[in-house]
Amino acid sequence: MCTYQTTKIEIEGSAKGPSGWFGVSNALVYVDHAVHAQFTHTVNIDFINPSQGPGARVAVELTEEAARALAAAITEALAAAPAGLASRNQ
Amino acid sequence: MSDAIRAETVTMTGHGGDEVEAYLARPLDGGPRGSVVVIHHMPGYDAATKEMVRRFAVHGYAALCPNLYTREAPGASPDDAAAFVRANGGVPDERVVGDVEGAANYLKALEGANGKVGVIGHCSGGRHTFLAACSLQVDAAVDCYGAFIVEEPPPGIPPSMQPILHLAPQLSCPLLGLFGADDKYPGPEQVALLAAELDKAGKTHEFHSYEGAGHAFFAVDRPAYRPEAAVDGWAKIFDFFGRHLSN
Repeated sequence: MCTYQTTKIEIEGSAKGPSGWFGVSNALVYVDHAVHAQFTHTVNIDFINPSQGPGARVAVELTEEAARALAAAITEALAAAPAGLASRNQ
Repeated sequence: MSDAIRAETVTMTGHGGDEVEAYLARPLDGGPRGSVVVIHHMPGYDAATKEMVRRFAVHGYAALCPNLYTREAPGASPDDAAAFVRANGGVPDERVVGDVEGAANYLKALEGANGKVGVIGHCSGGRHTFLAACSLQVDAAVDCYGAFIVEEPPPGIPPSMQPILHLAPQLSCPLLGLFGADDKYPGPEQVALLAAELDKAGKTHEFHSYEGAGHAFFAVDRPAYRPEAAVDGWAKIFDFFGRHLSN
């Protein structure tokens, strides 16, 4: 099945793609077919900057378990650091 | 029939007079021959789709696949283009119809064309195939597991993916439908509803659902590939086009 569903959020930060570092403006998260990972469906995350064109994209395709572990790791890392250390208002 | 073909990227005129990149493959013998418009799936104008275009040429058809993402992502890799278009809500139905019409016109103008045109698509291309066959005069259409023809989409789906079952009375040609019995989009109940609507409208259709197969069972490079279903499906496609696109 194709879900077609996409969660799109605004983000701030940078990502490194084939052409080097670029500022990212959005992330897309969707559970749908994988392009490369050898699973029929994966949790796909795109870090993108549409103002720099379609190639300004860093993509990952993760299993559901890996995606949940990543989400937990992000929460854990943030909890272990002083509050606000990585905030946009640091 | 020779199996020699020529395959290349061309520029065709699509919806609104736009120049659209497209992948063309055609036999080198003289014809006359039928033509096939291949509508790529949501992951884009990719290597797997181009392989299908060449396959039709090897079997004696001129085939053309317009890059539906040309406008938003010219020159981008297929996966980047697909992600870019996804982020922007997909492509409008009206534009897809215009691009398919442009592709059909391009094919009909080729030397050796017999004037008959079929349309085929997988996944979102299956829905687009039904859309095109209900919006344009074509001679045969093959919908491979196209979703959201029948069902209301769940929240979060691009506005371009609205149900189009109401178009069934306008279907201009025989329709071959190939589905996986384990698929959820479209599930067996949606396939049955589509068949019933076509019956009601008196439209010729042949539907086959393969047990043990789900969505994307034709995709040879993906875990969803089901060789038994795919091999039989290809045979049904060539039999169907042979009956409806021949001279």
